[in-house]
Amino acid sequence: MDVILLQILNGLDKGSAYALIALGLTLIFGTLGVVNFAHGALFMIGAFCSVTLQRLLSFSYKTIDPTKVDFLGNPATVKTPYVVSWFGENAGASIIDWSVPLAILFSIPIMIAFGFIMERGLIKHFYKRPHADQILVTFGLAIVLQEIIKALYGANPIPTPAPDIFFGSYDFGALLGFAENTISYPYWRMVYFLFSLVVIGAVFSFLQFTTFGMVVRAGMADRETVGLLGIDIDKRFTFMFGLAAAVTGIAGVMYAPINSPNYHMGMDFLVLSFVVVVVGGMGSLPGAVLAGFLLGVLESFASMNAIKNIIPGIDQIIIYLVAILILLTRPRGLMGRKGVMEE
Amino acid sequence: MLGLNQRDTKFLLIVVALTLFTPILLQPFPSDSGLAQFNAGYPDLMQRFAIFGIFAIGFNILFGLTGYLSFGHAAFLGVGSYSTVWMFKLLNYNVLPGLVLAIIVSGLFALLIGFVSLRRSGIYFSILTLAFAQMSFNLAYSVLTPITNGETGLQVYNDDPQILLGENGITTTHFFGFKMNASWIADVGPWQFTFNFGYYFSAVIAILAFYLSLRIFRSPFGLMLRAVKSNQQRMNYTGLSSRPYTLAAFVISGMYAGLAGGLLASMDPLAGAERMQWTASGEVVLMTILGGAGTLMGPVLGAGFIKYFENIFSKINDQVLHGWFAFLPDGLENAIIWVLHPFVGKGWHLTLGILFMLVVVFLPGGLVELGQRIRNLFRRKPDSEDDSNHKPQHAPHAAE
Repeated sequence: MDVILLQILNGLDKGSAYALIALGLTLIFGTLGVVNFAHGALFMIGAFCSVTLQRLLSFSYKTIDPTKVDFLGNPATVKTPYVVSWFGENAGASIIDWSVPLAILFSIPIMIAFGFIMERGLIKHFYKRPHADQILVTFGLAIVLQEIIKALYGANPIPTPAPDIFFGSYDFGALLGFAENTISYPYWRMVYFLFSLVVIGAVFSFLQFTTFGMVVRAGMADRETVGLLGIDIDKRFTFMFGLAAAVTGIAGVMYAPINSPNYHMGMDFLVLSFVVVVVGGMGSLPGAVLAGFLLGVLESFASMNAIKNIIPGIDQIIIYLVAILILLTRPRGLMGRKGVMEE
Repeated sequence: MLGLNQRDTKFLLIVVALTLFTPILLQPFPSDSGLAQFNAGYPDLMQRFAIFGIFAIGFNILFGLTGYLSFGHAAFLGVGSYSTVWMFKLLNYNVLPGLVLAIIVSGLFALLIGFVSLRRSGIYFSILTLAFAQMSFNLAYSVLTPITNGETGLQVYNDDPQILLGENGITTTHFFGFKMNASWIADVGPWQFTFNFGYYFSAVIAILAFYLSLRIFRSPFGLMLRAVKSNQQRMNYTGLSSRPYTLAAFVISGMYAGLAGGLLASMDPLAGAERMQWTASGEVVLMTILGGAGTLMGPVLGAGFIKYFENIFSKINDQVLHGWFAFLPDGLENAIIWVLHPFVGKGWHLTLGILFMLVVVFLPGGLVELGQRIRNLFRRKPDSEDDSNHKPQHAPHAAE
């Protein structure tokens, strides 16, 4: 029992990342009808937003401290971050410590602007072209973005620690009456899971309870009619593209402490998140979220030793296997709408 | 001749001539000149031109003709490589059994994957093929280690059976005694040309592969595939099931990929799982699009272009740039090099990505279309008769 619970918990944080990326992907597909292969790159850019902010905040100046000497006997140079000298010792240090959560605020305008530029500058010209062309051009864009990040930040993963307060893990086992240390769950992963729930909730309530969201939903259902009613639907869809980019971006920001950002993380997640979207049903937002969590948990179950001993290698292929089965038996995915991307 | 009309025969002869003289054509700069590093006429690279040419020709039969965009073709490349290396391990270093087995195994593999994947079209087909390829890649890395040797990659060891090797057998890959790495070097004045058996072996196979694809393009079968691309729905309404045709195209292109993989292993008896990774599948997509999907010559050009980029362009480092711009004032020189630095050398992927995007946006017909546009510019009148066969017809895919 405790093993099963542990696997569910382990699956949830990866599932949250899948769900958030798939949500962004589906928002773009559902509104604009564009298959965005550069979506993984947006996730990566988000993660690098936290790296950037951490670096910006720890920007330091050097002073020579005559009271200390280094090992050669010269006066030691001491690096003081500007933030510390502006806000004082304690406040400055904790600002640096909290740079990953702060990067959410930092990344949202960047990601929205990025989404706008991408949609207006490139994607706009591809609405009338075949889906294959959309895949190809966004695939090219993904390569370009990935290489730019590689040129700027190098090829190695960059450790981006979470705030100190989230260091360590919480012992769920003790809480639920199991033996101690059987189910311990890192705090940051818990934060990530809750954070993803908040973001998903926010996106859904935005679509469900605001006028803007209502118009967008109407546009997703029947773009032409909404246009005939005198609403500039294109402008709203452009905004939705920016929003989708922001959702994916902050998913990346918060994921940075779990997995040190490197330049090919986007591509790694892209393939999986496409599988997630297809399993959930192309164009269905709840489907994307559901499939994200489901596949995350399934993946973590498959990596249990008990299961790996029965079917070796299942942990490596479970997601693809599920995708193939779903596509062949339920072509529309778990919750796909009728008439979306069908022959 | 050979079942081709006059124009195609001429086209084929030109391709044959170009292929045979490649070692000379790719070596335009004297070996002691400063531009010698742009010479591509060394065996390793020329072999790659031919092999990836085959891979791209095969991919084009599927994507160019039917419009089904497969993102998992590298799986067949990897399967081909593994089969060939296994033949080296079991029999001897003769490449023929390995290549035959590579074609058969990858064909069967393609039949299996194609049968399942082709039940869906459009983006779903791309995802399905991608999922299959990633599954093969992950399995080759982990569980199938007894067959694939996991991360180390499959290679021939001294204690392998090699039942046909004999006492004094040849210990490098060969084709009935002709070694793949045998080269004949000719010095003509300051130029040095390398004629390598491995290259000519791959080149002859590539020409055969090209001829076969030419025949497919011109055949009723090819016409049927084009019909699938332009309007599959209409085909279905006329009471014709298009699945056997698309499946045949998928299997043929899988066999081409397997052959290419087998040749890769023949040139260097090694097979690693990374050959099956989806980035490798992406590469053949890039080649085909860059050259011109649906054209005969395009994929080969694209393959050559990308391999040239990967091997030659990536060698331009800052030092070389300094050499080129030495005539400028120092400040300007450094500024130019600072601007160029991210795009050359290790950053060649960036340049490739940008080029690829430009091609998709402005030149859907790829390099072939570029060539035609330039030619039309000089002729000043559009020659529609000549173009129609080589230009991809712009038509929405069945799933859209």
